[in-house]
Order: sequence, then structure tokens, then C-alpha cells
Amino acid sequence: MSASTDRLPRLLALVPYLMSHQGAQVPEVAKIFGLTEKQLIDDLQLVWMCGLPGHTPGDLIDVSWDGGEILIENAETIARPLRLGVDEASALLVALRMLLEFPEFAEVGDRDALARVIAKLERAAGEGAAAVSSQVAVEVDSAPDALAVVKDALRAGRRLSLTYYVPGRDEVTPREVDPMRVVVADGRPYLEGWCYRAEAVRLFRLDRMLEVRILDVPADPPEEAEPLDVTEGVFRPSPSDELVELEVTPAGRWVAEYYPCEEVTELGEGRLRVTLRARDRGWLVRLALRLGDTGKVVAPESLAETVREHASAALALYDAPCAEG
Amino acid sequence: MSRRKTERLLNLVICLLATRRPLSAEQIRQAVPGYDREGDEAFQRMFERDKNELREIGIPIEVHKDPWEDDPGYIIRRQAYELPEITLEPDEAAVLGLAAQVWQRASLAEAAGGALLKLRAGGVQTDESGLGTLELRVDTRDPAFPALWEAVRDRRAVRFDYRAAGSGAVLTRTLEPWGVVSRRGRWYVVGFDRDRGEPRVFRLSRIAGEVTPVGKPGAVRVPEGVNLREMVGYRDDMTLPERSALLRVRRGTCEGLRQLAQRVEPGQGEWDEVELVFADPERLAGWLASLGADVQVISPPDARDAVIRRLKGAMAS
Repeated sequence: MSASTDRLPRLLALVPYLMSHQGAQVPEVAKIFGLTEKQLIDDLQLVWMCGLPGHTPGDLIDVSWDGGEILIENAETIARPLRLGVDEASALLVALRMLLEFPEFAEVGDRDALARVIAKLERAAGEGAAAVSSQVAVEVDSAPDALAVVKDALRAGRRLSLTYYVPGRDEVTPREVDPMRVVVADGRPYLEGWCYRAEAVRLFRLDRMLEVRILDVPADPPEEAEPLDVTEGVFRPSPSDELVELEVTPAGRWVAEYYPCEEVTELGEGRLRVTLRARDRGWLVRLALRLGDTGKVVAPESLAETVREHASAALALYDAPCAEG
Repeated sequence: MSRRKTERLLNLVICLLATRRPLSAEQIRQAVPGYDREGDEAFQRMFERDKNELREIGIPIEVHKDPWEDDPGYIIRRQAYELPEITLEPDEAAVLGLAAQVWQRASLAEAAGGALLKLRAGGVQTDESGLGTLELRVDTRDPAFPALWEAVRDRRAVRFDYRAAGSGAVLTRTLEPWGVVSRRGRWYVVGFDRDRGEPRVFRLSRIAGEVTPVGKPGAVRVPEGVNLREMVGYRDDMTLPERSALLRVRRGTCEGLRQLAQRVEPGQGEWDEVELVFADPERLAGWLASLGADVQVISPPDARDAVIRRLKGAMAS
């Protein structure tokens, strides 16, 4: 789509916005429409050149922005915005239906609000969008019991005591966490909070909390506790993590689907070379053992060596019949 | 792109909205600045392109063919163009604001943002502060997603290359898509597989290369009562019988495994005896192999052999 067809939909929303918000300020409107002030003024100048056939001064849209206050007149023809497109309405409807699926998220009032918004949008958008949005579904894992406790702690502003399982390290650790919010990413609920053990903001999967208890201590995350940016996914390896190269057979391709990879190269016949970053050597060793005959560590050699050592120690259990004694 | 063109298109929209009767191309040429300077042929081409671009952004241009007139007439009906009146209560605005932030990638994030802008322009109070302590995100990172969304939207069949799970063999599939479903962070497309002549589920991450539309839009019919989620939730290993494995687990290790065990009892030396229920021996073997020398399979033999095979594979690599 060309730039002018991007600009036109914006103008067809801008004019109605200004009509229904007479006297709006330039900076505020620019922000809402994601424009610089200069771009907004340029849009206003363009609108000012347009109007009804005849194009005498009386036919043209009259817009002024003296002192940054935008006033608009003579634009009744396009005073209402264009109706929602199928994609626009569907994007909202699918997301709203997903919220509806997450019953523990919603207080009774929220559920009710959701149903009302869905009905209103479906009416405003027409049949197409309602049909598409019922064909696109985001499943939400049924939230574990922990959610109720986590929500209570958030509401009451209390610290939580967790017994948390980390499968990558096969480790259960006690944690004290000041809860900040619940993040549902790709259908899975997490608690985001300040972890006193890690001394950092961490995400905890709710279904991996073996125990969760509200402490009689007010939650008081330190000032540097900023919410994590999850827009690029929940797991983001850090550039300082170790770079590892694996080769997998077709039966080991799932690695590239499960973990964020730096690079994936097809080697033919369904084989892959996968480069990924990992913080934790223990996790990598487990991954390599799990892959077994369906993948191998190419680099670094020291990791390959560690994997062989672990495999050999595990095999020894099966070699020695006298291990019983 | 050219400012003059945007001006012309905006004037065209206003002209077609303001008119009471359909206007012929010639009348439009006289009324809309920017067309008047062009020669006949150049004008025709330009007008065709402009109509298409307006339709692309969802502007409903009606064409009237009057038997008494040579030329068709054009008009935009206000009722088809305008966003209907809509008002939101504050609690409704809050959930809508939350919903608008769900999508993480360009196509749907832009669509949701565009919808919110139109609603605001229509005087609807929206609230993008969300619900404070809740954030929801859905990723559509698979390159195949946009094309499949469009195919589902347009009810159009598609063709793509698909890599089989185990073998990695790539086969071309032709699918009548019924819907797309996200389950545990992965996207699936469900539909009628024309090559196999039956309903099938495909994982988007295994689609190799482009998804191309096949045939006309509107050709796909979604059967009544089809349950997309159920189709995606079905796994082959659900048909495998559940069995019990006997393991030796080193004391103080394998916490996750102990959590899921049916029974844990102290054994000899530094070992505990653990009973675990499983269905797919290969799935179990992958997990147990990853735990290395902290676990040993006593029975059944097929699970034991599968673990040994994996460990030998890891040794050889």
C-alpha cells in the first residue's frame, strides 16, 4: 500500500476527531495520532485545501490552529469516521474473546463489560468481522489455583512467599516476591514481581508455583523495579549469554520451534544448524542429553565434552549390575 | 507519496459522500480538482486506480448502472460509510483498551490501533491505561500468519509446503482453512486438506516458505458446529494406554519429577524408588535422559531402552 493510502485513512479519522474535540491542542492530537507536531500541521494544511465540489472558500474545510488550539468547521460531510474494517474489528474482537476465556482474570463486572463491548463492536462492524473473529482463537491455559492468591496479594499490596520450580535447572527454590502485575503471554499467565533472591524483576509462571502464600509484609518493590518489556516475547536471551551451536536431525527440529534462536540454517534432508544463547550451562547439558541421538553440540567443544561426561556417567548406571549394592 | 494525490482522493471521498445522486465519471472529473487537467485516457486510468485504492481502505463506492444512461454512476452511501454511533461505559473502555494492546506484531497491532483511533474519532471515550495490574500479549511471529489470517477472512483456499514433524520431509498441501488457533504459544491452522480428503491441523512454524491463495475468495465453507480448539487439542499420544514406570532417583535431586510421581519411597543407599505414570515412552525417555545420572529406569524395558539409546546418542556426538 502506498504512503498516500496510509495518509488518507488518517485524515478521515483526524477530521472527525477534531470535529468532536473542538479546541483540542496540537501536541495532544499529534500524540494520539502518532505524529510529530510538524506532521500534524502538514495534515491540517492539506485538509484546509479540500472540501465540496466548487471549491470556493465557502465550500472548503475551514481549519485553524492559532495558539495551538485546533478549530475546524465546514467539514460535516466527513464528520463521522469510516466504519471499522474487517481486520480492525476482528483484531479487537479476537482479543476481547480471549479475555473472556480467562475467567480468573475477570471480576464479575469485567466479564459483564467484556460481553457488552463485544456486542457493541459486532454491531458496529457488521457480519464479516463477527465471522472472522469466531474463526481465530487464542486459547488461555486454565489458570492454576495460584492465581487467586496472587490476585489477592496484588489487591492488598502484600509480599508473596513462593516455592518455585525451575524445570531448566530442575530446581525448587524458595522466593520472596513483591508482586507487580499479572502478564498473560501467548495464553500463559505469569506473575511479574521484584524477586528478593535475584534482586531483580522476574516473571514466574503460575503453574510452576508449588506453593504460594501471602506474607504479612507490605509489598515494597525498590524504585528501580521497572516492568519488563514483554513486547518481544517473555524469554529474551541476553547478548552476554553463551553462544551455542547445535546440529539436529529432523526429529530434533522442535528445538528451533521452542526456543528463540539467533540463527537457523537448513542443512538438507530436514537437518538444521541452530545457534542460540543460553545463560545456564546446566540447561544446555539437559537439552543435549534430551536430544540424544537426534542432535549434537557443535560448539563450544567444552560443552560437548561436558555432555559426553554426563551421558557416560548416566550410562554407567545401566552397565553395572552390581550398582544395586 | 504525493500530497496532490492525497488531496485528490480526499476531495473524491467528500464529493461522492455529498452527492444525492450517483455521478458519472465525467461529472466527477469536472467536480474534483486534480482530474480536470488530465486527458481522457489518463483520467480514466487515474480514476480506476483511485477507486481501487479507496476500496482497499474500506470505502464502499457503489456503482449504478442505469439502463437509460451510457455511463455508470458512482456514489458513497453515508449509511455504509459511517461508523455507527457507539458509546462505552468506563468499564467497557478499560477492557477495550486492554484488548487493543494484545497483539504484538505489525499487521494486527496496526489494525487494532486503527480501530481504536476510529472509535476515538467517533467520540468514543477509550481508556488505554489498561487494567493496571494485568497485561496480555499474543505473538504472531510465524511468517505464515498474515497470509492465513487473510485466507480465513476471505474464505479462500491456500497452498503451502509443510514439513512433517518426525521425518522433516516437505510436502505441498492444499487446504481450505476453517480457522487459526493459538495454543500454548503456538499457532495452528485447521481446515479441510484437499489432498488427503479429510480435516487436518497444521502447525504454522512447520510451514516452509510462502502461503499462496488458490481459487476464488468466498469459496471455502466452514462446516456447522466444527470445534477448532478440540481439533487442535487432540494429540496422537492420547490414544496410548497409561502405564507405570519404576525409577531410581538420587536423593535430593529431580524435584520436578518427584512432584509428578505417584509414589516416592526411600531405597538403598543414596537412592529413592519412584513410581511414575506415563503414556509415550519416547516422551518419557527424553525427559529422563535430560536428568542424566540422577535417575535410572528399572522398568518397563521399552522406556529403559529408549533412555539408553538417547544417552548413547549423546555420548557419540
